[in-house]
Amino acid sequence: PETGGGGVGKKMIEKILIANRGEIACRVMRTAKRLGIRTVAVYSDADRDSLHVKFADEAVRIGPPPAKLSYLKADSILQAAKMTGAQAIHPGYGFLSENAEFAQLCEDEGVSFIGPPPSAIRNMGDKSASKRIMGEAGVPLVPGYHGNDQDIDLMKSEAEKIGYPVLIKPTHGGGGKGMRIVQNQNEFVESFLAARREAAASFGVDTILLEKYITRPRHIEVQVFGDKHGNVIYLYERDCSVQRRHQKIIEEAPAVTIAFYILGSNFQFLLLQPNVTDDFRSQMGQAAVAAAKAVGYYNAGTVEFIVDTLSGQFYFMEMNTRLQVVSPSSENVEHPVTEMIVGQDLVEWQIRVANGEALPIVQSEVPLSGHAFEARIYAENVPKGFLPATGVLHHYRPVPASETVRVETGVEQGDAVSMHYDPMIAKLVVWGENRAAALVAGLPTNINFLFKLANHGAFESAQVETHFIEHHKNELFSDSTNSELMEEGYKSATRSAMFVAACLSKMEINKAKRIHQGERSSLSIWYSDPPFRVNYCANHDLELEWENDYSTGGPMPMKFLITYQQDGSSVIEIHLNRSLSGVRAQPSVCACNSILSLSLFAHSLYSCLFLFFEDVVLYSLMCIWQDKSKKIHIWHGSQYHHFSQKIGLELSSEDESETGNQPATSETASHGPGTVVAPMAGVVVKVLAKNGDKVEAGQPVLVMEAMKMEHVVKAPSSGFVHGLQVAPGQQLSDGSALFTIKRYWGSTEMVVP
Amino acid sequence: ANSSSLWRKSASILQRREMCLGVLPDHVDRSSDAFTRNSELMQDLLTQLHSNIAKVLAGGGPEAVKRNRSRNKLLPRERIERLIDAGSSFLELSQLAGHDLYEDPLPSGGIITGIGPVHGRLCMFVANDPTVKGGTYYPITVKKHLRAQEIASQCNLPCLYLVDSGGAFLPKQAEVFPDKENFGRIFYNQAIMSAQGIPQIALVLGSCTAGGAYIPAMADESVMVKGNGTIFLAGPPLVKAATGEEISAEDLGGAKVHCKISGVSDYFAQDELHALATGRNIVKNLYMAGQKEAPGVMHYVAAEHKEPLYDVNELRSIASIDLKQQFDIRSVIARIVDGSEFDEFKKLYGTTLVAGFARIYGQSVGILGNNGVLFNESALKGTHFIELCTQRNIPLVFLQNITGFMVGSKAEANGIAKSGAKMVMAVSCAKVPKITIVVGGSFGAGNYAMCGRAYSPNFMFFWPNARISVMGGAQAAGVLADVERGSKKKRGIQWTSEEEAAFKAKVEAAYDREGSPYYSTARLWDDGIIDPADTRKVIGLCISASTMNRAPEETKFGVFRM
Repeated sequence: PETGGGGVGKKMIEKILIANRGEIACRVMRTAKRLGIRTVAVYSDADRDSLHVKFADEAVRIGPPPAKLSYLKADSILQAAKMTGAQAIHPGYGFLSENAEFAQLCEDEGVSFIGPPPSAIRNMGDKSASKRIMGEAGVPLVPGYHGNDQDIDLMKSEAEKIGYPVLIKPTHGGGGKGMRIVQNQNEFVESFLAARREAAASFGVDTILLEKYITRPRHIEVQVFGDKHGNVIYLYERDCSVQRRHQKIIEEAPAVTIAFYILGSNFQFLLLQPNVTDDFRSQMGQAAVAAAKAVGYYNAGTVEFIVDTLSGQFYFMEMNTRLQVVSPSSENVEHPVTEMIVGQDLVEWQIRVANGEALPIVQSEVPLSGHAFEARIYAENVPKGFLPATGVLHHYRPVPASETVRVETGVEQGDAVSMHYDPMIAKLVVWGENRAAALVAGLPTNINFLFKLANHGAFESAQVETHFIEHHKNELFSDSTNSELMEEGYKSATRSAMFVAACLSKMEINKAKRIHQGERSSLSIWYSDPPFRVNYCANHDLELEWENDYSTGGPMPMKFLITYQQDGSSVIEIHLNRSLSGVRAQPSVCACNSILSLSLFAHSLYSCLFLFFEDVVLYSLMCIWQDKSKKIHIWHGSQYHHFSQKIGLELSSEDESETGNQPATSETASHGPGTVVAPMAGVVVKVLAKNGDKVEAGQPVLVMEAMKMEHVVKAPSSGFVHGLQVAPGQQLSDGSALFTIKRYWGSTEMVVP
Repeated sequence: ANSSSLWRKSASILQRREMCLGVLPDHVDRSSDAFTRNSELMQDLLTQLHSNIAKVLAGGGPEAVKRNRSRNKLLPRERIERLIDAGSSFLELSQLAGHDLYEDPLPSGGIITGIGPVHGRLCMFVANDPTVKGGTYYPITVKKHLRAQEIASQCNLPCLYLVDSGGAFLPKQAEVFPDKENFGRIFYNQAIMSAQGIPQIALVLGSCTAGGAYIPAMADESVMVKGNGTIFLAGPPLVKAATGEEISAEDLGGAKVHCKISGVSDYFAQDELHALATGRNIVKNLYMAGQKEAPGVMHYVAAEHKEPLYDVNELRSIASIDLKQQFDIRSVIARIVDGSEFDEFKKLYGTTLVAGFARIYGQSVGILGNNGVLFNESALKGTHFIELCTQRNIPLVFLQNITGFMVGSKAEANGIAKSGAKMVMAVSCAKVPKITIVVGGSFGAGNYAMCGRAYSPNFMFFWPNARISVMGGAQAAGVLADVERGSKKKRGIQWTSEEEAAFKAKVEAAYDREGSPYYSTARLWDDGIIDPADTRKVIGLCISASTMNRAPEETKFGVFRM
């Protein structure tokens, strides 16, 4: 690469250390490699075999798994940079990217920090300071009152000025505590006093601020880019309104709504009318540029605006001082969406800007081509309220990348999704009208949820807003009380299960055949398809457990009778209340070319994949062997179901030599009744009760932390806490027993010793 | 380049011609009345067969099956289903044993036998059906059990006994207990096979009382199920009567007693599925125990094979129901051998016996099939061909459709008895695997020369249209009427033509009944009745079972009368 204009005496960057992990690190390395720059990866013990480590030219271990002791440890990272002779550090996104001290430390140590100046990070990190600076620079802010005078009448008149509804918020604290939404003036006084009381009790300071409450907000971010020569341009905006756990899962750029339908496991896109006009776009862009200039910004940054969909007004929210993230704890990155519509590699721009080069284009030259969409695939359990899931990624088949489809991924098949970091598996970035398909199995993921989201009518008709998921949750999360949905789910699961049964039996025959093929004996003829019986058709029972996503009732057993017909087809009958209702699986359904992929996967990872069509619907069936059961995932149309089948015997722990006299009842089950198990792997943060305590149903008993999220474990019923043996800081694995609630009967309370 | 491609072209033509050499032509006239009539009649026979099979598959009836299920027990075929390799075939034997044999129905003779692979090792299964008369042994039950052991011994197949039986059926003890081929022979066979290194494995899945107790006790290895499995020489009622001791069945001879204290059994199973899984494991370990080389490997089996060129289902239309109507046995051969390729031996000589070499699922076979009555020449040709096959260790397949040897002065003068004796000698002494399928008639000495039951074929099956008797019903009626007339004449009694007709009709009816394949299969004169369309599969499996575990044996013939 040629030398840029302003190489202020500094050496050109020849080696970069990427102070990040996973997909993000890989992304930066790809650009660096393309520019001929050598790369250094850093890793914690948990990531020793990760893709980003393999991908880098060099790799340095920086500590144990917890991020605090590795990816957030500034001195270790700097030391690694010095040891390997890297001239620059790219912080990626998340971790240290927003850390002004780290940026300063780098500059002090003579290592180039690829990011904004430390002063800008500091200014933008302080929310009230940043609002003040923006207000001075003329950037529109959400109307509100931030004054010290807390007189109730003054406040009320300020509220009227702002216009109802108004949000009452304590100046200190957070987490929604003490916050009140006031719809009209009649409610104001009561709410104000309540908020003040709560603020005083919770934070010790009772000062209150007022802000306009935006009922149907849209969350739009503008990407800006500046160089060290004072040039700043904006690169259009992204809509990140659809959020889960306050993190974005689907976003679009530019902020037009792209509806997408699902055909099989393919996304199909349809572009709708843009609802952001060019005029609005340039107004917002200019505001963003003004904001960046106000803090002397260079390198990549994101200015977030909140748009009131009712009035069409936009207001400054905050500026993220790096190539966008959502929250400080997240390593998520949205720039692919922008890159796709702009057609530029922004990581390359970052490196060039750090080298002192000027931006390659001016505002009028920023191209806008097409539309892009991004969906994030997380390992998480949607029915359990988006709880992160951990485990090994058994099957991962990303979409083949192309010019218009990009998959940003930091994982490989067989990688572990650990509890230490964000459970994101991949991001699917699609540009234009093209299709893409991605399948992830082995862990609960949010793919099905994305499907549902994408299929939602309101999403299609561009009614996107931040509370989207909450407003439509009844439709998005099929809830157990909805018997109609349940019924429908059962029907489609039954149908899926029949195909699963057909495939499984086909698979068994195939497996047997394969084992004995090519032997120089006649043994193979005993494994014919269909299996031979004298004067009758071979048949066998097959039991599956439907992992029911529609209700909390647990897995539902389904029993089938498979009969192999002489013509090669098989008849699958399901036992429903003793009667059999059957479908005939025609040979065309099962005689699928999938047999090839079956052998392809079966050897390496104990998994296999079937693909077959029924009419025009593509069925995709995935089998994973886990412990003593087979996990089967089936996708067809927008439907997804998963089942498990026991393989091998489940024998009780009863020892052979001690048999005979012990009662063999359900008491031998792994956990007794009333036992509460860890909903996920994690660390115990707080224990709120002790053994013998009387608790009410729903009362919190302990708090766990995993994936940077706290989860409260509650008592499932009223009673006494028993067998609680966990302590703060203790590591728990998924499903381990935490405590038991022993019932008490009537008024005579029996104290549990 | 031109000449070389020309050369290659001519070579490929040559090659193609060579491949086509033995392919049997399709001479079946599908538009003929006979074809249509045969199809219809065979369809009726098959419907009858399948309804009979459906009855035996239901075991001892819904009540008994329900009772069985309530004890957490599977039916015997379900047990076998879980023992054999998933998706593998099972060659069940004598499904209709005991058919219309006793006052009460005895489905499958109360015992299920057959061959199937376990961990790739072919095994003989002998499974009592507890839903049929409590799994007790009727005379035919004993015969079926012994027949399974005979096959296992002949083919060197490990035996898996799925025991769930109340022992001998006491009311018929005289036909069950004392004779050589009776109950005691079961244990004798176990001992002899064990001595020969043929594994004897017993899974005790139910009761195993009195004599039955010796099945697991005589086994090399045995498994017992907690709760259901019991072994004792005398049950609790008898113990109480004899000694006054009151004890439960489980404490008297349950799995715990025998696996922990007495040592009668070796493996303790928590439940039936556990027992079956343990059974599979035992076989797996047999397989692992380093045998030098599986003897079956010595038999050359082509890795790939072609299917017959013609539809196997047409066998249902080719087989003639009217045994006076001869059909070309080659049209049967064309539908059971690989690629319909059949290399005929002595095609122009002794044409009523068709002989030749072919492959079935890649396995070499020598086939002998009848195309009419056996003449001197046919018998000599057959003898010659059997000698060839024994020399080369090629299994023999007999397709019987035979009315017998030629009779009459010319034949006798030619020494037909001598020629027939040669063929019988050859068949008797041939130590290669022999499979007999009766596709039509099986009459008189023809049955002998074509390897009838008395000649110990490894396997023998009937088509539903087949008939078996010493001679045809009409001929027998004629002969018997002559004798009767003579005897009456001696006593001076006049026999009216009506009386004679009635006499003949009675004889014919008896022959008709006793010549039926159901009469045969009920008494275990064969190993089962099969659908003609399954012939190729059944022969293929039989040859495989016969050769897989068994080293070739040398044949030594006796004195041929020249």
